[in-house]
Amino acid sequence: MTLASPTDFQPQGEPPASSPGGLQPDGWLRYLSFSLDHKVIGLQYLVCGFFFYFLGGALAGVIRTELASPISDFVSRETYNEVLTLHGTVMIFLWIVPVVNGAFGNYLIPFYVGARDMAFPRLNAVAFWLIPPAGLLLITSYFVQGGAAQSGWTAYPPLSITTPALGQVLWILSVLLLGGSSIFGGINFIATILKLRRPGLKMMQLPMYCWAMLGTSILVVLSTPVLAGTLILLSFDIIAHTGFFNPALGGNVVVYQHLFWFYSHPAVYIMVLPAFGLVSEILPIHARKPLFGYTTMVYSIMGIVVLGLVVWAHHMFTSGTPPWMRLFFTIATSFIAVPTGIKFFNWLATLWGGKIALNSAMLFACAFIVNFVFGGITGVALAQVPFDIHVHDTYFVVAHFHYIVYGGTVFVIFSSVYHWYPKFTGRMLNEHLGRFHFLLTFIGFNLCFAPQHWLGLNGMPRRVAEYDPSFATWNQVSSVGALLMAISSLPFLINILVSAYRGEIAGDNPWRALTPEWLTTSPPPVENWIGEAPLVTHPYGYGSAQDQIDLGAATGRDLWGGPGL
Amino acid sequence: MTSLAPGNSDTETRDVVSTAAVAHAGHDHGGEHADARLFGLATFLVADGMTFAGFFAAYLTFRAVNPLPPGSNYELELVLPAINTMLLLVSSYTFHRAGRGLLRGDGPACRLWLLLTAALGAAFLAGQMVEYFHLPFGLTDNLFASTFYALTGFHGLHVTLGVICILIVWWQCRSGGRVAASTPFGLEAAELYWHFVDGIWVILFGILYLL
Repeated sequence: MTLASPTDFQPQGEPPASSPGGLQPDGWLRYLSFSLDHKVIGLQYLVCGFFFYFLGGALAGVIRTELASPISDFVSRETYNEVLTLHGTVMIFLWIVPVVNGAFGNYLIPFYVGARDMAFPRLNAVAFWLIPPAGLLLITSYFVQGGAAQSGWTAYPPLSITTPALGQVLWILSVLLLGGSSIFGGINFIATILKLRRPGLKMMQLPMYCWAMLGTSILVVLSTPVLAGTLILLSFDIIAHTGFFNPALGGNVVVYQHLFWFYSHPAVYIMVLPAFGLVSEILPIHARKPLFGYTTMVYSIMGIVVLGLVVWAHHMFTSGTPPWMRLFFTIATSFIAVPTGIKFFNWLATLWGGKIALNSAMLFACAFIVNFVFGGITGVALAQVPFDIHVHDTYFVVAHFHYIVYGGTVFVIFSSVYHWYPKFTGRMLNEHLGRFHFLLTFIGFNLCFAPQHWLGLNGMPRRVAEYDPSFATWNQVSSVGALLMAISSLPFLINILVSAYRGEIAGDNPWRALTPEWLTTSPPPVENWIGEAPLVTHPYGYGSAQDQIDLGAATGRDLWGGPGL
Repeated sequence: MTSLAPGNSDTETRDVVSTAAVAHAGHDHGGEHADARLFGLATFLVADGMTFAGFFAAYLTFRAVNPLPPGSNYELELVLPAINTMLLLVSSYTFHRAGRGLLRGDGPACRLWLLLTAALGAAFLAGQMVEYFHLPFGLTDNLFASTFYALTGFHGLHVTLGVICILIVWWQCRSGGRVAASTPFGLEAAELYWHFVDGIWVILFGILYLL
């Protein structure tokens, strides 16, 4: 076991002026400004995302408290509907998507392609600053007449047309803003990865996260506009009383479902593909081995992108879909298991025989593999029409979904925070608190969501505040798990807050990593490198003879000690 | 397996660095990257096109699945929209001429062609308005009416934006303005967008009026 020890060296040379021309504030104030620096924007996304994570977590707490008993006693039924709608919307659109794309994408992609910033820095700042007002709209919608939207994050008509209109319209407005932010971000990532690569850097030499973000951004650009258009039509139905999706006026609700899932199924990949990329960066570094099967990894990401666009109707097997549609979407969905399986085995092969450092980042990353393969198996099960019809709209779906987005993506976000915190701040996080956080999260998560498979198989419907008393025991177990998850955020919060001031000095490259973001100071200078960006053609060259090279020299530090700088 | 440029060839890298340092003296990003703006716009137009694709798919499905209430039909008056289509197609050509004028260094010709393009766009919008006022149905009359107004309205919004962009570019093309033969980005971007809007109209005309 190699626990990469922090190497401590002082940066040489003059630090550059943090704000060219003094146009932007220095210090912590720049995190509240319209900063154009991709690293500042990345951290703005991250901190903003965590704010909404805790908000969404509190809403989840309300849900689990209500479900601790079979009768509706903690909040009213209407409030319960508002809370579950807000929980889903906040967690998907304000936490997972912005953090796993916006935060880590903005921070890392320019390093990985050897650029000094994103292709369109102003568009980048605009994309971030659309998020706080959108979040604020969503929160204020709770206090308007009629309350927040009650139709779930799916906003299916006719439910969304008949529930209180104002909250639903504010919900649509908020999601439109967030969709716009997401599209702007996607355009920026595609342009940065394809157009801003350092001369000499080939596509097949990029770190895997670049490929994941390229695939994700293609999905964002192709599918998010469809959701935006659909929601605009839905708002016409609510405000102007047109009948697009209103059967009473000759409209068609199934068309809404098709258009909604044309975005919202790819949205699952928008949430999980970047996590695949991040975990592909983290595993090789802490296992000291090259990423196994780089080329197959690239092709499987692109395979998931293509297949991800043609599987949406597997959410609609109970919506009167014709038999040929059921057949097609079952087969297409099952096929996604192939590229995903390739990636899964690649990660295992990366770990195989490695010198694994089981630190907090690695623990979360390995737990991701376990959770995700379980969520993937239930996903393949759900693709089968007979099974899907049995468990449709039950807690089985809730369990499957949370194994993907929480057990998958959120575990990777935590892993990434432990991994990149030294780069963000120049200080290490506390390992003991980190492992304690991991233990609580892992136990709490599985305790919370594993029983829901059983509840769903036995017919407990989702999105209902009351249930049959025979389900009470496992619901209480699930609620205890949720409580553990809530408690687990305490050691995490203490860790990131205290370590920012008291943490061990990390040095530039505490993990002895070869990916480009580590080959500069921690935290990096304003334009990422003083001097030319290093050309990293083998970002995963661990365990080979070159792994023995002096990483102090490999950081390119000799570059900024040189004359003329 | 690892090959990191700084470790491999010290002297060569130093050279690169010193040139980079010179280029960086003014913290000028301008000349450093390839210009990705037109690429970015094209990517955005793909996204925008997907919004239209969603609308088209919804319209075609409604048309195939949902019968209209008795007494209403899909027939539309064709003469005015056909003239409108011609106006837009001609405007694509006039915009193309404006771009050629700019690259030739013929500023006045470029600005004249731009004005003509904007006038054609405005004429299209006027024609659309006349059509709206003479239609026998309103927004909420039936599913076809709603879809018709949503599609043509969304496209009309794009044309309006395009006309504004053309006028801005027209202003920037004045001598000494932002847009010149050496810096044609503004005009190229507006032209790409305008051709896109025209292309969408052709599809829209086909499925909404002719089908």
